Parts: sequence; C-alpha cells; structure tokens
Amino acid sequence: MAVPGIGMAGPAGVNTTSFQKKSRSKLVSIPGTRPSVQNGQLIVSTGVTSLDYVIGGGLAVGTLLLVEEDRYDSYSRMLLKYFLAEGVVCGHEVFLASDRDHPDEIMQELPSPIVDEVGSVKTKEGQAQPCDQENQDTMTIAWRYQNQPKVQNALASSVRFGHYYDVSKTMEPEVRQAVKCHSFYALQESPTTTELSLLSSPYHALLQSIQSVIRKEGFDVSTPQSKVRNVLRLGLHSLGSPLWGDDLCCTDNPTHCHALTTFLYALRGLLRTSLSVAVVTVPSHLMQNKSVMGQIIRLSDTAIALESFRGSEKETNPLYKDYHGLLHVRQVPRLNCLVCEVPDTKDLAFKLKRKQFTIERLHLPPDLSETVSRVSKIELAGGCGTTATGNKHLDF
Amino acid sequence: MFPELNSILSSSPDSFRSGDFIVLSDRQADASFLIHHYLSFYLRAGCKVCFLGLVQSFSHYSAVSQRLGVSLTQAREKGQLVFLEGLKDSIGVISQEESSQSKLPLSYLRSPGAGLECLFKFVESSVSQNTENEDGEKWGPPVLLIDDLSVLLSLGVSAGAILDFTLYCQATICSELQGNIVILVRREEEDVDDEGSNLLQKGLIHQCSLALHVEGLPTGYCRDIHGQMEVWWRSREDAMYNQRKVFHYKVHDKGASFFARGTSSALL
Repeated sequence: MAVPGIGMAGPAGVNTTSFQKKSRSKLVSIPGTRPSVQNGQLIVSTGVTSLDYVIGGGLAVGTLLLVEEDRYDSYSRMLLKYFLAEGVVCGHEVFLASDRDHPDEIMQELPSPIVDEVGSVKTKEGQAQPCDQENQDTMTIAWRYQNQPKVQNALASSVRFGHYYDVSKTMEPEVRQAVKCHSFYALQESPTTTELSLLSSPYHALLQSIQSVIRKEGFDVSTPQSKVRNVLRLGLHSLGSPLWGDDLCCTDNPTHCHALTTFLYALRGLLRTSLSVAVVTVPSHLMQNKSVMGQIIRLSDTAIALESFRGSEKETNPLYKDYHGLLHVRQVPRLNCLVCEVPDTKDLAFKLKRKQFTIERLHLPPDLSETVSRVSKIELAGGCGTTATGNKHLDF
Repeated sequence: MFPELNSILSSSPDSFRSGDFIVLSDRQADASFLIHHYLSFYLRAGCKVCFLGLVQSFSHYSAVSQRLGVSLTQAREKGQLVFLEGLKDSIGVISQEESSQSKLPLSYLRSPGAGLECLFKFVESSVSQNTENEDGEKWGPPVLLIDDLSVLLSLGVSAGAILDFTLYCQATICSELQGNIVILVRREEEDVDDEGSNLLQKGLIHQCSLALHVEGLPTGYCRDIHGQMEVWWRSREDAMYNQRKVFHYKVHDKGASFFARGTSSALL
C-alpha cells in the first residue's frame, strides 16, 4: 500500500507553483556567490561543502580564511586546491602564490569536479557519474527502509552550494585554462631592498602584485565599473615559512617579527575594499613564538586549524579510527552583526575518503540548551526537595 | 546599547560619569560587542565621538549600529562622529603611494619606531573641532573609542609607545575636557608569555577606572552561554572601589543579556 518514493522529494523541474522567490535585482549576481542568510554578505563556497557549513555558510567576499597547516601540509594543501578548483568551476579569477612548489604545479593538481544535474555548465559532459551501487539493489527484508534517505554523517546545509570534487582525478587542462589565473612564485622574485618599508621583500612584492591585479582587473569596489563583476580568489600557500624569507619558524625572537602580521593587516585592508576572498595557509606548528600565532589569528577573519593524526599517537587511538585528523575552528567572523554563527559542537574531525574530503562531528553535543523541552522541569517545581533537584534530569 | 549592561554599571545616556577611562579586554572570546554598546551609548548621549576603527571597515560598524538603533552615517555627516578607518587607509600608507610624509595619522605604519604622535594629533584635533551641531548647541563631552589597540603591537609599535599615547589621550580627554575613553585590547592566551602584550595590559589596567574583561567559559564551549564578563570598578570616590563582579552573558541579534553565574535559561 505504500507508494514507492512517497516520502522523497518530487522530481526536479516540475516546480510550477506561483510562489516565486522574489529576485533581488539590486544585488550584483556573480556566478558562484550568494547572499548569506545571516547578514546578507555575499558569500562564496570554499569548495568543501562540509567546511562551508562549519564556518557559517561560506566565506564572505572581502574576508580572509586562515588555515593552520597540519604536520605534513597534505590536508591543508588539499583545502587550498579545493578552494581554487571551486573558483575555476565558478569562473572566478584565481591568484595563487606559493613558495616551495611552483604555482603552476599546484594548479595542475586541482581535483576534478563531479558533474551532475545541478553542476556547472562549464564542466564537460560525459564524465563519470557518481552512481551509488548500493541504491540499486532492493531490500528483501526491512523493505520499509528502502526509501529512507541514507544516513548522512557529513555536515551540510539543506541548500546546495558549491560543487563536489573527485580528488582521485585531476581537473581537465581545458577547464582549468578557461579562467584567468595569476601566480606569484616567492623563489623567483629577485630580492629587492626597500629600506623605507616595514615589510620584508617577498611580502612587499606579493602585496604589490595582488594590488596591481585588483586594480587592473577591476575588482576594486570603489571605482565604478561598467563591465561584469567577478570575484578574485587568492590562495597564498605557506606564508611565514622560511622560504618566504621569514625567520618566524626558526627562532623564538625573529628579526622581522612584524613582517607577516603587517602584511596580513594590509591584505585585509585590500580585501575589504575589493571583490576578492583569500585563503592563507600558515605552518603554525613550526612557529616558535606562540604570541605571533595569536596575532595572526586575530588579523584573519575565519581561522581553522587542521591537526592530522599522521605521525602522532592519536593515529592508533580507537576513538579516532574513522578519521584522519581533527579540525579546530579557532575563529568565526562577526560581519555586520553582533552575533556570529554559533555551532552546536566544536569537536570536529575530518577524513579523506577515496574521492572526497569531508568534515564530520566527532560526537553529538550534550543535550543542554534553551530549546530542548525538559519534562523534569515540572516535576522539579512540584514535590522534590531542593537538595536533590540538581541532577534530576541527568538520571537515566 | 544594551539596557542590561547599563543597569549593571548604573549608567544611562542621560546620566553617566565623565572622566572615565574604560578598558575592555578579552581572551578566547570576542569583546567587540561591548565596543558596539559604547559606540551607540555615547552617540545617543549626544557626545562628540572620535572612533579609531583599526580592525574593521566602516560599513561593519555602521550595519551593527543600525541594528542598535543609531545611524553612523548621519552622525558622521552631522559632525558628531569622527571615524578613522584604519584598514582602508593603511593600504596607501604601506605601499607608500601617498607622498605627504609623516603628517598622516597612520604614519606609524611606515615607521613604527617613531611612536604614535601623529595619531594623537589626529585625536586631539578631531575632539576639539566642530564642537557644535547645526543648531548651535554644544555636543556633550568628547569620547574616544578605540577598537583593538593591541593590533598596533602586531604592526610593530612598542608597548611603551602605545601606553604613552593612552596617557596623553587620558590627560587631554579625561582630565582636561572631562570626556571618556573606551579602549579594547586583546589578551594573549594564558600559557603564552608575550612581553609587549602583558605590559600593555598591565599599564592600561593601572590607568583605568573601569575594566570589563570578557572570557570564554572555563568549563568549555557552550552554545547558550557565550562566556563570562568580569566587571572591575576601580573608581576612587564611591563605595564601589575595587569591587569585582562576574556575570555570564549571551549575545543576541540586537543586544546582549547578562545574568548571574549559573542562572542561564539553558540550565534552569
């Protein structure tokens, strides 16, 4: 008697209701962006859907995401590649600065987008569809659960935002070359001495390079532009490492103690006045001076840290057997509002599946909140003496 | 402006103590909601406000103040508010495009060793200019608000120079003009021993008449209690001398609620 699929959402494309969403013509519509539900900020996806969820929907345009690298820089590098790949698929312009590997090398490693019905038009047709084999076979017992949605562990919001990627494959070169890509290679820059400047030379050159891209390509919001607006995605890899000419990692008392913080301050100023969004990775585990790291976090808007289990004793801990590392959300921005996105738990873990990087809750949060309905409350008000009431609702 | 905080501090826009030096500090929490409180508080009180916004853009402060019922744009046009947008102005100074040497308020970006004299000159001139509104009435006592003084440490200014700057401001604004100062600083984590930051913190606490310190809950993260706020009265005249009180708080969309420890509605 149960109609198959009655609980499922109707097929896409038959939406003929007269209740159309009011389109906001005033807002600039750039592909790959949407206004945030909390504060109306224009946000872009980081490329990892579960990361978007964790940091409150996505990255607001004009802000900076700081990623503290894991020990071997494998997962933080993956996040950076996801971020750039999302930019490529959405048709945003990309700026990549790196120190050890050449920017072009990193660009070649971008993960391939998974094409499906909502996917971008730009990606090629005929790529492997992600078909779930388990869904095909019918259940012989417990058939009632046939049409139930599968248990979703990964964090995601209800509205689809961003694309999915297959990290086992790299992006097709022609897709990658369709967008404009600027790059900056720290080792290639000839050392120029600027006596007046507080910034040491690679940071100064990088700042000037970013500034000139923003000016020339018209990402500046202050100057009125007639042409179509676009978003610039900046990916800055391993800032603060010795290859950037910085001795933050080497000594406790670095000589250019304020070079990186000043650079980040100026970069934030640049981002705020332009249609650009930046992801900066920093090898925080190498930094000897912890107070500098605190300053760096405060100078960025969103800050997350990746703690990989690889090479640590947590690798063998049975609690963490399903995961590859922990994700710490150090800071969530407050933009145009008093409150920031408050997550229900801060214990998050990430894992790298065969094709996908996801972030999941390590455990469910304790059920203590204003919204939870508590039966024991009435009982408390009733007969019980005041002495025993404290742990009443914790009894099993 | 949060009415609950006003009743804790027993002040209101109609009657508040002048000559106060208020220090807001935070650790593992964000005390910037208090800066928004004071900004809307003093604008409602009709004071002449000088705001040094070193870490956020004008539009951010403006959007939040709109929710709290104060328009920054109007206040700026009327001449009540002088707003220094540190982030926006810093780019030109750091990339050395603007040619005028050492006259800018942000000249410390170029030569952090030279101190904050230019910034003080800017503050001094902005609180003494345009002291009347269009009806010829005088604005109230001048108020200086600084959002995140400790960012100057990251930019290479020494803690001594920053403390000199605050002492000059206190002498001018609090003592001479009977106005108020509100300063936000960020404290380092407990296990981090940073000389400059500690010195700045100690110096400001020594100077201040009221300190509000915001901290995350010592027992860990909670969704319904955002942290605890310690109020420390240091004023000398009345009975409140050197008294401390701790409250839990929760920030809402348009305000914040403060309650005694253990009385959150999530617990009761």
